[in-house]
Amino acid sequence: MDALIPQLLNGSAQGALLLLAALGLSLTFGQMGVINMAHGEFLMLGAFTAYLVQQVIAAGDLSIPVALPVAFAGAGLFGLLLEVTIIRWMYRRPLDTLLVTVGVSLILQQAALQIFPSQGVPVEKPGWLDGQLNVLGYGWPLRQVFTIALAAVCVTALSAWLKYTSFGRRIRATVHNRDLAETTGISTRSIDRLTFFVGSGLAGIAGVAASLIGGTNSQMGAQYIIPAFLVVAAGGIGQLKGTIIAAWAVGVALSCFAYWTTGSLAQVLAFILVIVFLQVRPQGLFTVRTRSLA
Amino acid sequence: MLELTDVEAGYGRTRVLHGVTVPAGKVVAVLGHNGAGKTTLLRLAIGLIKPAKGRVLFDGEDVSSLPPNKRVARGMAYVPQGQQSFGQLTTLENLQLVAGGRRRGRALIDAQLARFPALEKFAARKAGLLSGGQRQQLAIARALITEPRLLILDEPTEGIQPTIVAEIEQTIVQLAGEGIHVLLVEQHIGFALEAAERYVVLASGFVTQNGEGGSAAAATVRAAMAI
Repeated sequence: MDALIPQLLNGSAQGALLLLAALGLSLTFGQMGVINMAHGEFLMLGAFTAYLVQQVIAAGDLSIPVALPVAFAGAGLFGLLLEVTIIRWMYRRPLDTLLVTVGVSLILQQAALQIFPSQGVPVEKPGWLDGQLNVLGYGWPLRQVFTIALAAVCVTALSAWLKYTSFGRRIRATVHNRDLAETTGISTRSIDRLTFFVGSGLAGIAGVAASLIGGTNSQMGAQYIIPAFLVVAAGGIGQLKGTIIAAWAVGVALSCFAYWTTGSLAQVLAFILVIVFLQVRPQGLFTVRTRSLA
Repeated sequence: MLELTDVEAGYGRTRVLHGVTVPAGKVVAVLGHNGAGKTTLLRLAIGLIKPAKGRVLFDGEDVSSLPPNKRVARGMAYVPQGQQSFGQLTTLENLQLVAGGRRRGRALIDAQLARFPALEKFAARKAGLLSGGQRQQLAIARALITEPRLLILDEPTEGIQPTIVAEIEQTIVQLAGEGIHVLLVEQHIGFALEAAERYVVLASGFVTQNGEGGSAAAATVRAAMAI
């Protein structure tokens, strides 16, 4: 029991970080069906944004709250640029999209290597994230609590945006039936651009959270991209609820396996579990109930 | 209002429509057997496919190259075949989707809920869980919220229980009476000709017959279609 609580808490924080990385993908991959392998590099852009904001803002305590919207906007604009220049021509060509976005991710990694030191840059933890929260005798680091809170805010905001706003309804309609949406008067091109902006922006926010937990370097995106895709697939394509549960389960599994074995073996074991799960339930945790195809 | 002149269109390299001309009219019925090209003609009218040749004129403007959403903004609305709705959205969200950006959005929704009372009862239900007839009523209501001047209907009574078929037919006649132009594809020839001012018969993508509507035309059309 003594060992279980720290693993559950650490695992929940890892799951929250995975969820943040997967949240944008749940829009661009889950909703639009675009396999964007450069999504991890948008996360990297968010992490470097946190570093750059800290260079500009002397007050360390404010740098992270400022970095979050800046990273969202910056990564979102990169995503928008990618959509307008490349992705828009490839909506019905998933294999081409995959190959091209792998190329884009390599270009972004090289660009980061040219601009920042190869060993990475330090993002300082603000003072208010120092310290621990006592949970049943375990000192839970506040930066982990912050990651979970940030993920909760992003999930709530995204769900509310998709559910209650006109834009959200338009996105859901376009995803469900593009032709029907277009003949209902929706400009599906505008919706594509907006969805890509928000999805990529969320990766930027994930990058800020990741910069507080791990290293900030040009390779960090590659570390998150495959787990994030697996989480979205295991949750059920386009199902936010499933993505949340899958991210938490993978986070806790990673933490427990790391405790029992080693960090790298834990990665292997956790993703074998996800792959076995997808073999048994290829549609993921949740699917859509409907009486008709349309 | 809507006129198609000498259009040719299809999918990829397969040509489906060959030199088709559809005259303007208050209610125009497009008739023909399965595979004749009727649905392709309506998809062409709303802009889901572009003509390889010929023109689509709406109110005298050539809209051939406009995407569907811009045609909707100009006053065209489309109810596709197969009772299509956004299944993951509720009935009300399906209507809000269209009413959202409009000045009298709520009033437009209320007007359609009054027209189709069954939709009000199931406002909170996901559209994918409605019956076929209710989904078709929802599709028509969604189209009407755009306040169209032309309503394009693709087999609106196909696969629907008879009581709701009667309601839908009555709605179409009522809409025409309210001044909305209708381009109608319908297997129920008797009703289509009775409602239509003009009709065209398609066979293998060619117009084989056209003329003025009315129940008197039924015998000629049935003979042309060898029914």
